[in-house]
Amino acid sequence: MGKPIKIRAKVKGDIAQIKALMPHVMESGLRMDPETNDFVPAHYITDIVAEINGEVVMTAYWGQAVSKNPYVSFSVSGAKVGDMVKLKWIDNKGDSSETEVVLK
Amino acid sequence: MKVHRRLVLKSMVALSAIVAWPRALWAARPDAAFASNDADEAIAELFGQVAEPSDQIKMKIPDIAENGAVVPVTVSTDLANVESISIVVVNNPTPLAASFNLTARSLPSIAVRIKMGESSAVQALVMADGKLYKTSKDVKVTIGGCGG
Repeated sequence: MGKPIKIRAKVKGDIAQIKALMPHVMESGLRMDPETNDFVPAHYITDIVAEINGEVVMTAYWGQAVSKNPYVSFSVSGAKVGDMVKLKWIDNKGDSSETEVVLK
Repeated sequence: MKVHRRLVLKSMVALSAIVAWPRALWAARPDAAFASNDADEAIAELFGQVAEPSDQIKMKIPDIAENGAVVPVTVSTDLANVESISIVVVNNPTPLAASFNLTARSLPSIAVRIKMGESSAVQALVMADGKLYKTSKDVKVTIGGCGG
């Protein structure tokens, strides 16, 4: 199970602004390990799903070029205080993480 | 083969219990586009069309990125009915960096941080109403962020 996602979810009017920080090594597979003189194997988040109250509101596919400990920000309409915001990621090794917060 | 079938069914049930993903998403990641080493090919693979330049897409990204490992990008647009927003770093080994699939409830604006191996044009592609649009910005990178 991957590390939990840090989510800041605030609503203004009916727009939920969601900012998330996902602790993850995000190895592109192109970095050389100075000790082994070989490439560090690719290990990065490939899929993201965002849900509000169980409804999928955004998904994303990521490649090897998203930064380590990725930060992502997006906004969703039709939201209100008390809504449950859930973010999930899965990486190329099949690891995953899922975190849920209440919209403030 | 009775044993084999039971094993396959068992693992399918186990997998679906562990990771309850919307099936459409699980099946749909455009791996070929993400693996492509060429920006135009990746875009063709992902969208099946050529992007038309648009001044309705705003991309906020530094002119000079001191650290290529962490380059913040924000893409927003006032095009209507946006279906997806994608980011392509033309000179990266695999140019397609990220693709956000929006729903009717998404605002057409996303922010993310990407790696750039070297100075490069960065393209933001927006699919709106079935048509593909793009904007591009040249970003200078002082220290590359893909390798060691």
